[in-house]
Amino acid sequence: MSDFYREVILDHYKNPRGHGPMERPDAQAEGMNPLCGDEVTISVALADDGETIDEVKFEGRGCAISQAATSMLTEMVKGRSATDVATLPKEELLEEIGIPLTPIRLKCALLGLGVLKVALHRAKGTPLPPEWAGLASELEIS
Amino acid sequence: MAVTSPPKLDARKLRADFPIFEQQIHGKPLAYLDSAVSTHKPRQVLDKLRDFYETSYANVHRGVYTLSERSTAEYEGARQKIADYVNAASPREIVFVRGATEALNLVAYAWGLVNLKPGDLVVVTELEHHSNFVPWQYMAKRTGATLRMIELDENGELDLSVLDAIAADGDVKVVANNLVSNALGTINPIEKLSAWAHEQGAIMVVDGAQAAPHKTVDVQALGCDFFAFSAHKMCGPTSVGALWGRLELLESMEPFHLGGHMIRKVTLEETTYGEVPAKYEAGTQPIAEAVGFGAAVDYVNGIGLEAIEAHEHELTVYALEKLAEVPEIKLYGPPADRRAGIVSFNLGDLHPHDVAQVLDQDGVAIRAGHHCCQPLMQKLGVAATNRASFYLYTLPEEIDRLVDGLHKARKVFS
Repeated sequence: MSDFYREVILDHYKNPRGHGPMERPDAQAEGMNPLCGDEVTISVALADDGETIDEVKFEGRGCAISQAATSMLTEMVKGRSATDVATLPKEELLEEIGIPLTPIRLKCALLGLGVLKVALHRAKGTPLPPEWAGLASELEIS
Repeated sequence: MAVTSPPKLDARKLRADFPIFEQQIHGKPLAYLDSAVSTHKPRQVLDKLRDFYETSYANVHRGVYTLSERSTAEYEGARQKIADYVNAASPREIVFVRGATEALNLVAYAWGLVNLKPGDLVVVTELEHHSNFVPWQYMAKRTGATLRMIELDENGELDLSVLDAIAADGDVKVVANNLVSNALGTINPIEKLSAWAHEQGAIMVVDGAQAAPHKTVDVQALGCDFFAFSAHKMCGPTSVGALWGRLELLESMEPFHLGGHMIRKVTLEETTYGEVPAKYEAGTQPIAEAVGFGAAVDYVNGIGLEAIEAHEHELTVYALEKLAEVPEIKLYGPPADRRAGIVSFNLGDLHPHDVAQVLDQDGVAIRAGHHCCQPLMQKLGVAATNRASFYLYTLPEEIDRLVDGLHKARKVFS
């Protein structure tokens, strides 16, 4: 087996969690990495309090890292507050992924999180933190 | 009459010239199958760079002192070697540039910007690297000219049946094509396109970056007007390349970079320009790199381009045969007899990054991406491909390791 692709990554890649469309999402965004063609669309349903993340679904295609990372992300953020996730540090996801990533693959890994942040900030009417603006533009997130 | 056998090279022996192969990657010998993007450097070139800096370096064409003369002689000597390498009529037809990209930009700006006008046609192909596509798309937009495309057939070869229709549509001014496609390895019919371009009164601009390192190039036989190539893809240093251009065109064209060395006389009112090629070599050039380029030409000539081409052809035949046996593989490009040592493929639904990452774990380096050919990727209907490419130091067992790695990648992701 490959050392790079840990069992957990392969599991999320082959059996993505939260995969599929969502009707009438409260927040939604999509992104694409033009370098490698990875695509991710994320939809979020909020609970009645307008704050708790009730459900996260994603659709997309691309490399194992981009798809597995997004799948892991859907599990990580479910039940947390939208404000909390909108300011979630990327290190929390990278720790979960748990493999050393080169700068090119780092963008694959962060595609889903960038898309989710754009979706949540837009839904809440808050500005995207400046440290994410560069990545959001590079990954054509909108 | 004795039958002469085709020239052979001994790749295993040649590898001893390349210090990079002395290391291991993830505990395995390096199988470097990405020579289309850049090649490794032999000691002969590295030693020349060091020797030049230690014994002969000074700025060129400047001083009257001994070192400057020595340095100038080395620099101009490299120009002569490069001129001979592509059978240029004169070393004055060789302009030192930063690489093929700068060479093509030089033509686009110094010829295209001045000569193109609204309604003119600029013809490029779907096979172009961005370096011979984006400058022409940009110049067409700036001048009001129209960009026209020669498309590919299902073999990844140019469909020339559109030429008559293009000619009927307007004034063709530029035809731009690579001699060898960096993404698919397709060898393109430059002689035919050059003849057609000249019938239209157009210039023929050839990106030779993937051809010059691997096969004999005769710019006069190709019939083109410009031919661009880079040293770093043929055992030479980065940041230097050559533009060959027909002397009468280089003489009549506008300058590109402006500044020192490229002038004849400067007054407050006006500047006149120096002789070709000085006219295009403003500022301090990559002097040592140009000298290293000359050493790379010597190295490649010492092995022989016929032997290099034959070796790569053998590897390509072998690779296409072995790769075809991998389940779910999709191979792109023409059959081996019409392609250079480049093989592009996809493995089922696996993303090329994942495939390349698994291979890297076993010390096998291939390229995964769009190869600076996004229009071609759109044509193929993919975001990216895997690409293995070969050179004089590539061994058949490295192709075996590539194939083993592909089986492994299928297992990892199945």
